[in-house]
Amino acid sequence: MSAILSIFKREFLSYFRSSLAYVFLIVFILLSISLTWFVGSFFKSDDANLNRFFVFLPWVFAIFTPAVGMRLWAEERKTGTWELLLTLPVSVTQAVVGKFLAGWAFITLALFSTFTMPASVAYLGDPDWGPIISGYFGAILMAGAYLSICSLTSALTKSQVIAFVLGFIICLLLVLSGWSIFSELFSGLPVAIVDAISNFSFITHYESMMRGLITIKDILFFVSLIIFSLILNIVVLER
Amino acid sequence: MIEADKLVKDYGPIRAVDNVSFKVEKGDVLGFLGPNGAGKSTSMKMITGFLRPTSGTARIGEIDVRENPIEAKKLFGYLPESGPLYEEMTVMEFLDFICSMRGICKKKDKTEKIQRVVEICHLEGVRNQPIDTLSKGFRQRVGMAQAVIHDPACLIMDEPTDGLDPNQKLEVRKFISSMAEEKAIILSTHILEEVEAMCNRVIIIANGKILVDETPENLRKRHPHFNAVRLKIRGEKGEVKEFLNGHSLVKEIVDESGQILVVPKNGENIDETLFQAAKDKNWQVTQIEKPHTGLEEVFANLTK
Ligand SMILES: Nc1ncnc2c1ncn2[C@@H]1O[C@H](COP(=O)(O)OP(=O)(O)OP(=O)(O)O)[C@@H](O)[C@H]1O
Ligand SMILES: [Mg+2]
Repeated sequence: MSAILSIFKREFLSYFRSSLAYVFLIVFILLSISLTWFVGSFFKSDDANLNRFFVFLPWVFAIFTPAVGMRLWAEERKTGTWELLLTLPVSVTQAVVGKFLAGWAFITLALFSTFTMPASVAYLGDPDWGPIISGYFGAILMAGAYLSICSLTSALTKSQVIAFVLGFIICLLLVLSGWSIFSELFSGLPVAIVDAISNFSFITHYESMMRGLITIKDILFFVSLIIFSLILNIVVLER
Repeated sequence: MIEADKLVKDYGPIRAVDNVSFKVEKGDVLGFLGPNGAGKSTSMKMITGFLRPTSGTARIGEIDVRENPIEAKKLFGYLPESGPLYEEMTVMEFLDFICSMRGICKKKDKTEKIQRVVEICHLEGVRNQPIDTLSKGFRQRVGMAQAVIHDPACLIMDEPTDGLDPNQKLEVRKFISSMAEEKAIILSTHILEEVEAMCNRVIIIANGKILVDETPENLRKRHPHFNAVRLKIRGEKGEVKEFLNGHSLVKEIVDESGQILVVPKNGENIDETLFQAAKDKNWQVTQIEKPHTGLEEVFANLTK
């Protein structure tokens, strides 16, 4: 346990040592807020809620999470520090989990830095806090699922660029598969298959949490995806 | 203490390490020699459990690194080739991290252990410097500090003196020798004098196979001119040559423009025999010397 904690701490702090992480953080905040205000206004709703913010999150995360996750293992492979890390008395599982949690914490921090959004909603109207809280909760879960995939792609290569691109493509597919326009593309296919594809989408599972409905099914989807990806991640590193 | 048991590593069609077995006990310092690409680093990576062997295994203090990696890893310190380090940390933060990872958590323990290696490795001046701003030699010292911080029973070092200045090289050799008694140590190097200075055992490996596993003294005896004597004689040499050629202890004599190199059979010492002969037969010896027989030539003969 203490090994996971040490790895977590080192990894988390290392985000703040690299100027790149600050750039990502700023881009994330600017992107998510500007999308909400400028593009989001097309879907104008007069309710005092954060739907206009949450609805873009799956897309923003599809870029932001690979950017945060790409360094997790690729950098260690490139600099050779994984040889140091994996010859210390820790299991690959501990190392994978510790690093994953650090990245997750960093994304969660980024997410919380958008707290100006609910604050301004509260200022402008009388918000329904339920959907806001469940929306954030869902967003954190979703980010974890994205990150676990990016941690895996990062473990596959020495190159952070390849890790990013690979992670981005997979994340994008997982968003797209639930997008209505995308499912129309498959309208020729049997309904069961179209459903199955959209069932694998993050949007499908995030949508209800956005509206304030947290179901076991959706939580299980994200959690099992995290566990599945991390297990693959461990297998890849065990070589 | 450290045991390699029929280690094999294939990279696709290339066999990088081929059936490498040896045992290193407490008190031993094993020098791992071999040309570039021989498989030294690959062997060490398998022994430390970083690489999965294609077949075979390694044991550290009876613990199998494949079956029980965590327990095995507690017993050794490892300096990987070209000492990879977490660049963004300062030296102190890095050593602190290594301590935590090694289960040295109590503040007092930690301070003590870190202080010890900071002194040994002369890191006082760079304690709070980020590692990415250190020179190569200092990085190597941090790598060394990291490997010995928990005072391990086994020490595995891949080219420990690489990148060090001559003073530091000497210092590191002394340091390693000082630990030799209570540890089992494996180190790889390309500097043969280091082997003679520190090691009591040498393994030469080429193309993944062990060629030689013996003491440095025995290795030296493999030199074709081991214990040879070079004589410079005034006057007529024919008689001298005739005598030496017929001598039972002499393998051959080599005429070297005015000097005679006498090569003994089986590397036996013929100094006295020669002195006696010179005296008895009244040779006019003006110069007598034993040519240097370095490990370089032995190494070259074995691996070329
Ligand atoms: N990841 C890899 N993929 C393919 N081949 C590899 C890999 N790592 C090492 N090799 C090959 O294995 C062989 C042994 O390499 P190794 O690094 O063990 O040599 P070495 O004895 O440490 O050499 P040096 O003295 O240069 O450090 C080399 O032929 C090398 O090209
Ligand atoms: Mg090497």
